[in-house]
Amino acid sequence: MAKKIGQSVWKFLDERFLLSGLIAFGKKKTVPEHRHSFWYFFGGICLFLTGIQIATGAMLLLYYTPHIDAAHESVLFIMSGVKFGWLIRSVHSWTANILIGLLFIHMFSTFFLKAYRKPRELTWVTGFLLLVLFMAFGFSGYLLPWNELSYFATRVGTDIAGSLPFIGKALKTIILGGSEVSQATLSRFFWFHVALLPLAALALIGIHIYLVQTLGMSKPIGERGKKDIPFFPDFLYKDALGWTLMLVLVGVLCVFLPWEIGTKADSLAPTPLGIKPEWYFTFMFTTLKIIPARILSIEGEKLAILGFMTGGMLWMLVPFLDRRAEREKLSPLFTWVGLALAAYIVVMTILTYTLPKL
Amino acid sequence: MKRRNFLDIFFGGSLLATIAAFVYPVVRYVLPSKRTAVIQNSVAAAKVGELPPNAAKVFKFGSAPAVLINTAEGKLVALSAICTHLTCTVRYDGETGTLFCPCHNGRFDLNGTVLSGPPPRPLETYAVEISGPDIIVTRKS
Repeated sequence: MAKKIGQSVWKFLDERFLLSGLIAFGKKKTVPEHRHSFWYFFGGICLFLTGIQIATGAMLLLYYTPHIDAAHESVLFIMSGVKFGWLIRSVHSWTANILIGLLFIHMFSTFFLKAYRKPRELTWVTGFLLLVLFMAFGFSGYLLPWNELSYFATRVGTDIAGSLPFIGKALKTIILGGSEVSQATLSRFFWFHVALLPLAALALIGIHIYLVQTLGMSKPIGERGKKDIPFFPDFLYKDALGWTLMLVLVGVLCVFLPWEIGTKADSLAPTPLGIKPEWYFTFMFTTLKIIPARILSIEGEKLAILGFMTGGMLWMLVPFLDRRAEREKLSPLFTWVGLALAAYIVVMTILTYTLPKL
Repeated sequence: MKRRNFLDIFFGGSLLATIAAFVYPVVRYVLPSKRTAVIQNSVAAAKVGELPPNAAKVFKFGSAPAVLINTAEGKLVALSAICTHLTCTVRYDGETGTLFCPCHNGRFDLNGTVLSGPPPRPLETYAVEISGPDIIVTRKS
């Protein structure tokens, strides 16, 4: 009886959603297996964590108030007055940080495997843009609890945008909603965080996944192995193991280290000692700290910002610059550049925490 | 002009005008409205006797923070509290008698001059005078 009902339901859904075709596609889809295929799992884990962010973000909207007189209080209420509020907020904050870390790993692993080479150039470009978008998610979300650290981080961050040549001032005014961090800024950051960035991210994720599905996963240069494993269920089971491990990690972190709230922002208070941005911005933060005030009569800070922008642009265009990889030849120069960049990010990040007085 | 060309231009132009009619209000809505900044030239920053020696107070001057310092020698000085590097609010360091910006470790003396760190320009200094019970801070220019 139950089997019959099940079959009828399946038939009803299959006729309307053409599910058999989807299952046939899933059965046919394979994933290459070789000694580097471990790195494939990071994309799936990032997607899974994005799902957690959407779910917990939507839940936080129920109690969060985007007003400078109430934002901090509403986060306090979520953490202490709402049942499991501490858990939902901690999951959202911890997952955001882990997600950005894994996006960096995903990006560098695809870089070193040269997975960006033809015809996957746009998969790389959309992936890089997604990393930038997720960092913007982090930056905009950081201000929402309206605490001291986030207030000053926003002042510094938007001032960096303001020092860009030609468009800087206008860009800063648009981001802040005026000339300084105020209620208009909080409203705008809330809007970026829950409306504009999610729409852009969903569109980019859609394109990124479409490209991965249509082009398949890239094999490293010179990989002659012809072994493939079915996507469903073999690859998906392994992927699900990664998701489960992430859930455990997030759960443990939230229970033992619930995300802090901080002190409410006060525009007249001096900047607190030991201030620093979220860890994924610290390599830029420390560079701005140690760069001399002037280099060849140009302001050091402006030079550093221009350097980051040019570097980011070149990094995004790597598939079009690495001509050797395009011809399926090893390109050690690009590998060394990638290693130098990864080392720079890691060393600067460690220095931020180990030598705060640098 | 051929009728087909005329219709192409007419309908193409209408389409562009329609798109512009949708986009323009959206862009104007997103751009913040211009507010005239009120320039305040002087402010009562504190009461006489409010600040002990070697202490400082951040106060609002116009729309920005400024800092009033009573030095260890009992001299009152006032400066902009906005670091010229990346606009963090500076804090008074009583041990060294300097102003310190914790964001990128910039340091200024009480004349606003950069002593160390990345700030590219000195801090703006203000005139301080006592008027009855109030300490009045005034812009110099």
